[in-house]
Amino acid sequence: MLKPKERLAISPQPMPEQDPAERRKNVQEVPLGYTPELAMKEANRCLGCKKAPCIAGCPVGVDIPAFIAMIEQGDFKGAIAKIKETNLLPAVCGRVCPQEEQCQLVCTVAKSHKDRNKSVQIGKLERFAADFERKSGQIELPVLPQKTGRRAAVVGAGPAGLTVAGDLIKLGHEVTVFEAFHKPGGVLGYGIPEFRLPKEIVYTEADTLERLGVEFRYNSVVGKSVELSELVSQYDSVFVGTGAGLPNFMRIPGENLLGVYSANEYLTRANLMRAYEFPNADTPIIRGKTVITVGGGNVAMDSARTALRMGADRSIIVYRRSEAEMPARIEEVHHAKQEGVDFHLLQTPVRILGSDKGWVSSLEIQRMELGPPDQSGRRRPVPVEGSNFTMPADVVIIAIGNSPNPLIPQSTPDVQVNRWGCIVVNERTGQTSMKGVFAGGDIVLGAATVILAMGEGRRAAKAMHAYMMGTLWENLEQAPPAPQGTAG
Amino acid sequence: MNRIIDKRTIGPAVNRYVIEAPLVAKRRKPGQFVIVRVSQSGERVPLTIAGADPVAGTITLVVQSVGKTTLEMAQLKAGDMILDLLGPLGRPTHIDKFGTVLCVGGGIGVAPLFPITCGMKEAGNRIVSILGARTRDLLIMEEEMRSVSDETIVTTDDGSYGRKGLVTDAISALHQDGVKLDLCVAIGPPVMMKFVSRLTKQLGIPIVVSLNPIMIDGTGMCGGCRVMVGGETKFACVDGPEFDGHLVDFDGLIQRLSIYREHECLAMERYRKEHPDVSLT
Repeated sequence: MLKPKERLAISPQPMPEQDPAERRKNVQEVPLGYTPELAMKEANRCLGCKKAPCIAGCPVGVDIPAFIAMIEQGDFKGAIAKIKETNLLPAVCGRVCPQEEQCQLVCTVAKSHKDRNKSVQIGKLERFAADFERKSGQIELPVLPQKTGRRAAVVGAGPAGLTVAGDLIKLGHEVTVFEAFHKPGGVLGYGIPEFRLPKEIVYTEADTLERLGVEFRYNSVVGKSVELSELVSQYDSVFVGTGAGLPNFMRIPGENLLGVYSANEYLTRANLMRAYEFPNADTPIIRGKTVITVGGGNVAMDSARTALRMGADRSIIVYRRSEAEMPARIEEVHHAKQEGVDFHLLQTPVRILGSDKGWVSSLEIQRMELGPPDQSGRRRPVPVEGSNFTMPADVVIIAIGNSPNPLIPQSTPDVQVNRWGCIVVNERTGQTSMKGVFAGGDIVLGAATVILAMGEGRRAAKAMHAYMMGTLWENLEQAPPAPQGTAG
Repeated sequence: MNRIIDKRTIGPAVNRYVIEAPLVAKRRKPGQFVIVRVSQSGERVPLTIAGADPVAGTITLVVQSVGKTTLEMAQLKAGDMILDLLGPLGRPTHIDKFGTVLCVGGGIGVAPLFPITCGMKEAGNRIVSILGARTRDLLIMEEEMRSVSDETIVTTDDGSYGRKGLVTDAISALHQDGVKLDLCVAIGPPVMMKFVSRLTKQLGIPIVVSLNPIMIDGTGMCGGCRVMVGGETKFACVDGPEFDGHLVDFDGLIQRLSIYREHECLAMERYRKEHPDVSLT
């Protein structure tokens, strides 16, 4: 048994990665994953401290010290079983969670070293455990309790919906998931690129849920193929997890020129429809030699890096604030830079210019400087008059954010939304203004993260279970406090 | 997956499919469309619903084989499955009693026009229909349209059937004859809808057109189908597909429809090379 001092003396085990020059030409995953040796060595770094702030740092409350201790002992099967007690999508979370803002941020080891980069590499360990199980081909299914006779409908097979489906099926309820697309995953399928989250993983997770008895109905748009009110009358409770799939455009001249894409369209073509395989896959995409992506979040990074893999000679990010204000994960910015993405900061496009055949030819850009902070606390960019210049481009990707999908609020006026189109929910239960209808994820938060969506799904599933079993507290003053580690 | 109940050819490279889709058939209204995929690596394409039978639980699609996907679809037979079918999408046609409604269909556009014409007829309107095609062989659904119209005019560019000329010539003639038209509904190739809109604007006739931009998801999440209407950006899949023809930027629509021309040609060449026995009609 290692002593704490010995544990603290071990450096964080680096994640093996594909070489940047190679990987910008393929869609294989960039991080290759820990080997069992690396995983066990990294697991040794955990102090198993009593306080375990990491558990509260996780939006779904995974018992982190417990699963890490099992990895240390070489009990990988036990580790994944422990994780799956609370997190049914560990292969996804291990890849896309911003652990550096969550569990790793508050890690005792990080605090000890006064450096969050020196935390226990919890995300990498979670991913290792999940991948180990998946590669072994023997995914253990939990034993289900007796059926309750209750039925829940879940709208949207994205991270929030998949979490609700998993939680409720494990409690013995019947679950039907209605998904507009022909494949599950939501943003996990269409938004996050193959090289960050292989689709095979998403489909395996959904397949596991199906094996547990969850029914998936694809090509079903609630609000078009079927009304929410019908679901309310046919099911004992309904969860709305329809996400923030409404692209924001800049409303500048030239945005309809050929070669200008919303990030949603560009990524949906590339990821969900596999346009990188055209003509072996039928969906086309304009590849572009010089691709400019406007925006500074994870979606912008995904777009710019996908453009490289589509064969761009130059992939450029144009962002109106400075690097410190960029909302993207530092790891993704770092990967983008390694691959050769150019960062043009404190710049914003004012016009898109095109050829007489209607194709994008360049962007007119204005430089910005940072003024005083705005409502978000970040310094507001202020245009520098007379600083305009043009930059050539043959594809422009607008990645400035997404708004909540308006379909259900538009077709169901009983579901109250705020002025940004987000469904308003009770913070403790996730219940909407419509009885028996719950919501969570980006449709409530606005465009956010996968793990927050899962946390909201977790909260709603608990309340839906209580609601269907008749034990949900009507008077919320009497409701017990939300369990530690859960969102809301 | 949706089973094809019946499939027959109704014109050169034009097939009519009756497809099992009970949920779509139940909820669908005239003017709406579906998104279809026919293979695992296939693209998503929008196809207007030409009819539905809620009792039988089927919808009817009339599809012209113009590219790889529609050609691939044309090889399917009754009993085969459509891999993915999603609908009904888009806003239904606003059907009301307007008075006399002029229904103008160009080529394959007659197929989606037909259910709208039925709806307008049922609402108590007098129906004047104009069916236009380049040549007699390309006319479809003439009998069906005649059966719900009070007056039917057929035009062909080459004069092989009906009146020689364009649909716009027929509209001008009606106007000269003093026929009062309260609304025009026009569906056909974008250039046809453009000129019909221009003419009806001059003649002071309100017009509704159904647009056919390239689509991917069909549910409003990507903006690929965006069109300028009255200077504002609209998504054809959720705000349309029907719009006031006087406000539509048709040139922009026509331009955006050309974006994948090279890819489309490449895909078609490949498909025909791999399937030399596939007929194009």
